[in-house]
Amino acid sequence: MMDGRAMQVSDDARPRLPRGVRLAHNEAQGGWVLLAPERVFKADAVTVEILKRCTGEATLAAIVDDLAATFAAPRERIHADVVQLLSGLAEKKLLDLG
Amino acid sequence: MSAPLGMLAELTHRCPLGCPYCSNPLALDKRADELDTATWARVFREAAALGVLQVHLSGGEPAARRDLPEIVQAAREAGLYNNLITSAVGLTPQNLATLSGAGLDHVQISIQDSDAASADHIAGYKGAFARKRELAKEVVNMGLPLTVNMVVHRANIGRVEPMVELALSLGAIRVEIAHVQYYGWALKNRAALMPTREQVEEAVRQVELLRAKHQGRIVIDAVVADYYARFPKPCVGGWGRRSLNVTPAGRVLPCHAAEVIPGLEFWNVREHSLADIWRSSPAFLTFRGTDWMQEPCRSCARRDQDFGGCRCQSFLLTGDARAADPVCYLSPHHTLVAELAADRKDAAYAYRTC
Repeated sequence: MMDGRAMQVSDDARPRLPRGVRLAHNEAQGGWVLLAPERVFKADAVTVEILKRCTGEATLAAIVDDLAATFAAPRERIHADVVQLLSGLAEKKLLDLG
Repeated sequence: MSAPLGMLAELTHRCPLGCPYCSNPLALDKRADELDTATWARVFREAAALGVLQVHLSGGEPAARRDLPEIVQAAREAGLYNNLITSAVGLTPQNLATLSGAGLDHVQISIQDSDAASADHIAGYKGAFARKRELAKEVVNMGLPLTVNMVVHRANIGRVEPMVELALSLGAIRVEIAHVQYYGWALKNRAALMPTREQVEEAVRQVELLRAKHQGRIVIDAVVADYYARFPKPCVGGWGRRSLNVTPAGRVLPCHAAEVIPGLEFWNVREHSLADIWRSSPAFLTFRGTDWMQEPCRSCARRDQDFGGCRCQSFLLTGDARAADPVCYLSPHHTLVAELAADRKDAAYAYRTC
């Protein structure tokens, strides 16, 4: 963003899409989208897998564990990807970090 | 041809406020001609099937319609993201709770200034500011995301910082600092609304500072003062490319001001499906793509970026809707824009009437 500071996301945060931000599937638009106030983002497969797990129940650590197990990928890399996505959304007020 | 992403549903042209910057047309649709609930519900279903993701329920003041809860519910049932664009005047907390229960996703409230007396003067409605503030708090208390829309012009352009502070204090997640766009009533009031170049530059600087200061707390979106710009705005993201507009009486327009352009044939949702209108109606075909362009647009490297600017503005300022938007420095009419921006008079507002 403006000065390049990345927002931190702690391992025990319980991220959740707030009211007014939701994932939707639309054939005519070619797949998944994230709908938010006055904006629409195309959601790729990785984004969808991450955001589907942001229920407000699971902690960041649990979400990363789950993704690492499901996709048999290195935990550190998954952690970095998840934090990057979630902190970017939180800065735009599109995610509650709980 | 792409699928539209957003639809502006102008539910009514009726509005309790008289804002002189309103971009509604001078000739407003009458209440008796407004589409009924069932027709809007059908239009929402057709829109969703066409690819529309978000519907912006607007007007006029959408709360002037008693069937607004049914309309919100119909949009939600069609799978659309529901955005209510309201003046907040005429919307009670009880009505808001009903709308929230019906599936509203987001609320945008216009506030005319951070200064109460000035805000009421601009709105032409005593007590409007206090009512807006109260309703904004209700929106946030109900857990709905709030955007505050602040239209900026000569009377309030020095207060960008307190405007953003106001939006923050109300709990908004987003604030729009939107310079007036000169269509409809705003065009009629242009000399009374137009800021100076220095004022616009200072406002731009303020927005940059405030974005850095409030990063992560509130999103600040700006709509530029295009009379002072070098390049035109990519109006509606390109004609017939990403969005459409349905008037209270059911005419479907590529942008909400399009009816000022003479000779365009608009189709109505009463007679055609939305998909037919999007694909085949003469008004959408006229300026879709780049074939209609003249020089300097036709060979311009930016033609797929700003789409030649705004067709309505080209017509309104040059008399030719196919001309480059004269805001562009490459337009042969560009000096006219500077002349019009210099024509500033502290005249009484011609308030919008309905």
